[in-house]
Amino acid sequence: KTGRGLRILVPVKRVIDYAVKPRVNKANTGVETAGVKHSLNPFDELSVEEAIRLRERGAKNQSPIKVENILALSAGGAKCADTLRTAMAMGADRAFHVDVADSPDGGPEPLTIAKMLQGVVKSENINLVLLGKQAIDGDQGQTGQMLAGLLGWPQATQASKVEFKDAEGSVEVTHEVDGGVETLRAKLPLVITTDLRLNEPRYATLPNIMKAKKKPLEKKTLADFGVEDKKRLKTLKVTEPPARQGGGKVEDVDGLIGKLKELGAL
Amino acid sequence: MLLPQARTSALRALRAQQFLARTAPAASASALARLLSTLAVLEQRDGKLQNSSLSAIAAAQKLGGPVTAFVAGAGVKASSAVEAAKIQGLEKVVAVESEAYEKGLPENYAPLLVENIQKGEYTHVVAGHSAFGKSLLPRVAALLDVQQVSDVTGIESEDTFVRPIYAGNAILTVQSTDPIKVFTVRGTSFQGVETEGGSATIVDGADPNAPAQTEWVSEELAKSERPDLGTAERVVSGGRGLKSKEEFDRVIVPLADALGAAIGASRAAVDSGFADNSLQVGQTGKNVAPQLYLCAGISGAIQHLAGMKDSKVIAAINKDPDAPIFQVADVGLVGDLFEKVPELTEKLKSQ
Repeated sequence: KTGRGLRILVPVKRVIDYAVKPRVNKANTGVETAGVKHSLNPFDELSVEEAIRLRERGAKNQSPIKVENILALSAGGAKCADTLRTAMAMGADRAFHVDVADSPDGGPEPLTIAKMLQGVVKSENINLVLLGKQAIDGDQGQTGQMLAGLLGWPQATQASKVEFKDAEGSVEVTHEVDGGVETLRAKLPLVITTDLRLNEPRYATLPNIMKAKKKPLEKKTLADFGVEDKKRLKTLKVTEPPARQGGGKVEDVDGLIGKLKELGAL
Repeated sequence: MLLPQARTSALRALRAQQFLARTAPAASASALARLLSTLAVLEQRDGKLQNSSLSAIAAAQKLGGPVTAFVAGAGVKASSAVEAAKIQGLEKVVAVESEAYEKGLPENYAPLLVENIQKGEYTHVVAGHSAFGKSLLPRVAALLDVQQVSDVTGIESEDTFVRPIYAGNAILTVQSTDPIKVFTVRGTSFQGVETEGGSATIVDGADPNAPAQTEWVSEELAKSERPDLGTAERVVSGGRGLKSKEEFDRVIVPLADALGAAIGASRAAVDSGFADNSLQVGQTGKNVAPQLYLCAGISGAIQHLAGMKDSKVIAAINKDPDAPIFQVADVGLVGDLFEKVPELTEKLKSQ
């Protein structure tokens, strides 16, 4: 647990699949989740992939620092275990499933998750946390930055390139900012959040899915890390966005220009 | 102006109690509004205020209480703080002048903000939902032990906020019970700040001199004479249907020139290398709400619609008559974009 390599924590979230159009429930308290396809949050796939690539680069001496261990973690209902098996089939070594009852409001708030992760970082002697830049359900984009703040660690958000420079853990991260990219230099321990352009996540192969079933998956609770699922934000309602009515089609370019003038857009 | 309603925030209750204890019983709603005090966190680059700063101020003004602006960086007291002081409706501008904050690195900027928030006893802290705000404010919120509200598109009262979730497929109304409300706002939802005529005083902020744990190495920003994508009146956007970067540049750029429009792109176009990452419109890219959004070769996946469906007028050119984009477009043209877009460009230029 105390070597000089990377001990990586990859928090992942089970969310409604990105290709599904969510429907607001009748009670206006959230979206319908029952019977809806769920999968690993796309940004978390990127962070799992990056952790594995760091290991592969280290093993091939393409990176000056080796990966010791990759821990995947998810907080949620029983089906999170599937999400964690996927992460382990991709290449994570072990997993923690933090048992939290499913609820229509998207689960524990980012601050709660960040506090829990802070506990995990300490108990597992983690020195690199790789998170998705946002979960595509709540679209909040907070957890990584909150965790870095609580730990007092440097952060690199929306990373599109991660490059370790030496065995002591000096790292350069290129990240997406408005209008372009920026490169930062930091030193372990560190929190990185992933952006779309970081990598192309691999598919879990069948043999790896079988192997993943034998990898250790430990059940935990928020209380194990001294945290309770306290809500600071109260959901008053969830509604459908105002529907936009298509205005129909025109025959040709002149028709298009005419309609745009009529609508006052030209 | 939104007057605070009788909500049950612990801090408000406490403050109201103290207030009532020392004043006459006729404490009006407007007097209570004075207890609300907002800090708008401004983003500056090379001494120039960025657009996200104006949306932060617009949102702060919507809350109704006094608004203080905060700016930090190299030489700001002679540049961006002066610019901020001219904005109408600001009470004061707190400025911290130091090279250490010039790049907005959250590791030292967050403790700087926390110190100034605590000193100023603000009840609300707001920044734009730009890369700067997104990276910085959650760190600030965690240090203050409050749960941030991100990408707010509507303010219903001092503690109740509206924001899109699930790529804009649902709208959440949420009430914060935290003593300090920390939130970021969507630029296209908060506009209309008067940038001239104000006369706020500039005061020195506290500087805790927290160490910077990251070092800024370099940046590569796409240089462009075009209007900024996030705030442009018109946006011309291209997708996978453009087939290559050469075709994207040949077909989309002249149309954008003819309209004086900013250029956007779908994720498919960006992933295929047709356009720069920073031009991506959608759930994980930019949100735009121009007067005219004209797109070609974009099918209209929900992640893309999330970034543009608040546009005033949407026009689409696509060869597939069943593309989902036509369900939201005010005007649609079915056809080959390689013929239709150049024809449209020529006809617009000759008008």
